[in-house]
This record gives sequence, structure tokens and C-alpha cells, in this order.
Amino acid sequence: MANFHPLKELLLCRIRAFYREPDAVFWTYGFPLILIVGLGIAFRTKPPERIRVDIVAGAGAEAVQAALADAGSSGFAAAIHAEAECRQRLRRGHADIVVTPEVGGGWSYRFDPTRPESVLAKAEVDDALQRAAGRVDVVATRAHAVTEPGSRYIDFLVPGLLGMNLMGGGLWGVGFVTVDMRVRKLLKRLMASPMQRRDLLLSLFGGRMLFTLPEIGILLLLAALLFHVHVAGSILATIVVGVVGAMSFAGLGLLVAARAERIETVMGLMNAVMLPMWLLSGVFFSYERFPAVFHPFIRALPLTQLNDALRAVILDGASLGSQWFALLYLLAVGAVSFGLALRWFKWV
Amino acid sequence: MTADLAIRCRDLRKTYLAGKSAVEAVCGLDLSVEPGACFGLLGPNGAGKTTTIEILEGILAPTSGEVEVLGMRWGTGRDQQIRRRLGITLQETRFDDKLTVREIVTLFRSFYPDGQSPEATMAAVELTEKATARVGRLSGGQKQRLALACGLVGNPALLFLDEPTTGLDPQSRREVWKIVRAHQARGATTLLTTHYMHEAEVLCDRVAIVDHGRIIAEGTPADLIARLGGEHVVEFAANATGDGGAAPAALDEAALAALPSVTAVRRERDAWLLTVHHPHVAIPELLRRLAGWQAELNRLTTRHASLEDVFVALTGRTLDADDATADSSAQGTGA
Repeated sequence: MANFHPLKELLLCRIRAFYREPDAVFWTYGFPLILIVGLGIAFRTKPPERIRVDIVAGAGAEAVQAALADAGSSGFAAAIHAEAECRQRLRRGHADIVVTPEVGGGWSYRFDPTRPESVLAKAEVDDALQRAAGRVDVVATRAHAVTEPGSRYIDFLVPGLLGMNLMGGGLWGVGFVTVDMRVRKLLKRLMASPMQRRDLLLSLFGGRMLFTLPEIGILLLLAALLFHVHVAGSILATIVVGVVGAMSFAGLGLLVAARAERIETVMGLMNAVMLPMWLLSGVFFSYERFPAVFHPFIRALPLTQLNDALRAVILDGASLGSQWFALLYLLAVGAVSFGLALRWFKWV
Repeated sequence: MTADLAIRCRDLRKTYLAGKSAVEAVCGLDLSVEPGACFGLLGPNGAGKTTTIEILEGILAPTSGEVEVLGMRWGTGRDQQIRRRLGITLQETRFDDKLTVREIVTLFRSFYPDGQSPEATMAAVELTEKATARVGRLSGGQKQRLALACGLVGNPALLFLDEPTTGLDPQSRREVWKIVRAHQARGATTLLTTHYMHEAEVLCDRVAIVDHGRIIAEGTPADLIARLGGEHVVEFAANATGDGGAAPAALDEAALAALPSVTAVRRERDAWLLTVHHPHVAIPELLRRLAGWQAELNRLTTRHASLEDVFVALTGRTLDADDATADSSAQGTGA
């Protein structure tokens, strides 16, 4: 008779139940890819925007327009309108600045100091007109325009989405699955058999780890193919950081599932855990934008640690050793969650 | 200790806290089940049958009382040893819709050091043809047989079945009975709960009638029926002659109880039910009286007394099988 290994069978059942569920496969693998493609296109590198200059019709207007057209690479879109219309266009945001040639020579600028593009327009237009009028720079300077892989939005986004995906995977793959088994009374049935609890937990975590590898691989591959986002550090280091993050969130998943007896309960708990991290942990934009007093709190969130470590390895080529704190922190969060989960766990 | 009993429990109690008040689901239940017997816990929904069986299965801890299963006690470090010798089907288990019959039976087989092969088990519950079918595609009866397979695959010395046929159609119910009988024939012990009296009569050697967390009668089905005082039930309905519907005035309980060979009388909707020793004595006399009372017979049937009659005689209540609330387990969540 064949030998039966409970852990192997439990793990096989986890894997089969996962890949036979199109929804689960989509949300784990498909959805993040759609996000990457969508956001990557939305925030793709665009040519610099032209500065929209309105010139009040009258004597000298053509001269100003010609001077701006000659200014070359800076890129002005200058048009002449009646004064009232110019003011209205500025107010409505159709123009960044209004230039009025003065009767005795010179110009006056009308701009909105609260709009960054308007402030920029004033500086650029003044510079162009002064030069056209014959101003000579005191010191020669050179400018280098840089648009390189590694510093674009998509580069920032990919590690963040990877972290977000690992968080969702851990909470769904362990938390939701566990409560679903409890609701179905399957957990109770398993507990009534001579199955070892250890085997069930190992199968949940093992299954989660197995699904993590393709998750990391597919996302990074697509990002590399479509947007040329390359891993600056080692692939192995990326995988290690990813797996450690996945374990941390699997622990959290088990914790939210510890006592919940209804799907609605665990969904609410999962959202309560994930929402702050979606917003604060630097998935879509850097948490540095929040006031500095919040930073220690934000850094205490496991997803922040995971995202920072992933960005360090993927974008900056950091070594695994340099990320020791984040890795330890994530492992600790996972271990403490796991311990608490076991303590409170409702098996039957 | 009496290690020769398959199940022994004494003064079993289980109290739940429901809000601020305590609900006693089981209050002082004693039970002895001989090895090789098929024992039925019979009673209406909410009688405490499931609580009792789940305590015996080691899923629930009793509030107080002694429980011994296969000569061992729960919580004395031998739980795994007990579980390896038990087969269980819960009142409700919804297996993963995406897994196949063979995968689930194999999974449960893997938990037991000894047992039947998954193939043999699927054959025993007649699911061989469905071996590669996913659970989501099974009928209610097939799902229940799958649950039975998971209980049987470890070759249990003691099989627990909690409402094994609730919500099933008569055909599926007979299939389940066949499987239980076949298992029984191999000398194993079975404890089942049911609120179908007929099921208990068909399957069980001994029956305990449970009501409000207590056993109110116990014995072989034949014993219990014999205790009614009569083995036959005569059921009839009558109208006053010529008058379309009204019951004859002289027809009442006392008059019927006075008939020869009648040991009990009860009324169920428009019908009268008489428990009698000898129908051939009681029926001619009944007909003669009815004629005298100007009553016209609408209906007259006789049958053997059933456990249903026993339950009514003991509790004064009928045991209307409220399937509507109990069959959610059979429906599952088909994909």
C-alpha cells in the first residue's frame, strides 16, 4: 500500500485549491500586473510641458512673442489676447502667466504665486526676455537633463506594488483561507481526525511561501520587459526579502483569523490591517511626504520596512546584510503574530 | 474501569453561556454502548444530541461528567490514540469545492497510520465513478457519502454519525443506510444521532430517546415499542352521518379508551390514533360504536407502532422532522 504523508497531502490540497480558483489566481498574479501596466502608462515619462504665456495685445506684444519663440529649447507656448481675456485665462488655468508690455519699455508679469507652474513661468519668461534684451550671464553654467531608469516613478512603484502584493497574499492566503475552513466546519472536521495541528499550519505557511516565488518572479519580469525596471541588487537578495516579508504577513494573517467565525469579520479585520499600510507605507508615493513626526509610526508598519528593504535591494543594489534591521523586524512581527495567533486560536 | 464498553459516560453535563443566562444543553446523561452495537440517539432538534456526540468525539469538553471512549479518556494524553480509532461525520462539513473526491479521501487517509485504501473506501460508498469529480459538482447525497468515506477511511473501531441523512432524499438516505449496515457487518461500533424515527428503527440495535438534554427512554426499538402497551396503531377519522364535516358529539377520548384492547388514545389533527394490542378485537368494536354514535368513517388504517409513537407517548409532543431548517449541510456551495 502506498505511503501517505499528511503534510504532503495537506500542501497538495492547498496548492490545488489555489490554482483551481481563477479568482484567487487573478487577484494574486493578474491584478498587480494590471496595476503596474496601468500606473506605468499613466505616469510614463512625458516630454517637459511647455510654459503657456499669454501676452496682452498692444504695442510691443509681437516683439515679446518673437523673443519667446527665439528662446529655443525652454519651450514657450505664447499667444496674444485682449487684456480681459488674458486675465480670465490665467484665472481659469489656461495660461501660466500674463505678460503686459509697458508703455515706456519693459514688461509687467501677472502670475499666481500659489501655482508652482506659474512661479516657474515667471522665472523662465523673465530670464528669456532679459537675455533677448541683451543681458549677459555673469558666470557660465551648464545643465544636464537626466531621465534614467532607476529614478522614474515606475521604478519607485514596482517594489511598492510587490510589497503590497506580498501583504495581500499573506493576509488572504492564510487569514481568509483559515476562516473559510472554519466557516465550512472543515477545520472542526480536521481537528476531529488524528491530523496534527502542526501539519495544518505548516501547509498553510508552506503553501503561502510557494505561491510567493512566482508572485515575485512574474512581477519583476513584467516590470523588466515593459518598463525596463531592472533589479540593481541580487535576485537572491530580492527573493529573500520577499519571502521574509511574506512570512511576516502570513503570521499577521493567522492572527486576524485566530478567532473570527464569520467571513465578514475576517474581511473587516484584514481591511483594518491593510488599509493604513496601503496609504502610509509608501506603496504609491513616498511616506517622506507625511510630516516628520509621523515617520517613526509609519516605519513601525511592517509594509514600510518591507517596501524600504525591497527598494534598497531592487533600486539601490543594497546587500542583504545592510537590510538586517528590516529583515529582523519583519521576522519578529511574523513570529509574535504567530505566537499570539496560536494562543488565541479557535480550533473548533 | 469498564474497558469492555465502546462508550461509557456518566452524568454528562454541558452548559453554554447564552448572553447572561446559562443554557443546559446536556443535563445528566448516562450512556453505555456495547462493542459491535449500532446505538442511536433519537430526539428532536435541540435535544442535545449533537452536543453529546461532539463531547464523545473529543471536540467539545463537557462541563462535568465522565466520558470513556474505547476504554480511554479525553485529555489524558491519549487523544491522538483515540482519534486514530474513531471515524466521524459531523452534521455539517463543506469540503473544498475545487478538490476531487479522491483527493479528499486521500487527504483523510493520510491522517491515519492504518486504514483502507482510498480506492476501496470510495468503492464502499459507491463513489468510484465520481473519484475525479470535484466536490462542487456532487449532489447532496454524494457529498454525504464523501463525508462517510472520510469517516471510514481510517478503518474505525467506533463510528460517529451526526444526523447522517438529514436533508437527503429517500433514495440517498437508503444508500447511506446500506453503507452504515455494511460497516456494521464488519463488527465495528456505531453511534448515530437522528431525528428520523424510521432511521433509528432500520439501523439501530439500541436506541436512547433524548429530550431536553436527558435520556428519557432506552432499549431496543422493539422494547421501546412494547413499552407503549400495544404494538399496533389504529388511525381513523370520522364525521357525523349526513352532516358534512362536524365530528360526532359522542366521540371522545374517554369513550375510545374504553374500547377493548386499546391502551392509549391520542388526537392528531382530524385523526384519532389508538394504540392497541389486538386490532382484530379493537376494530370490530370501534366500527360498532361509530355506527351507534351516528358517525361515518372517513379513513381507517392500521400499522405497527413506531418509535415516533414512543416519542409522542413519552413527551406528549410529535417529532415533526423539521427538514427545512436542517438541510443546509446538504446544499453546500456548488460552484
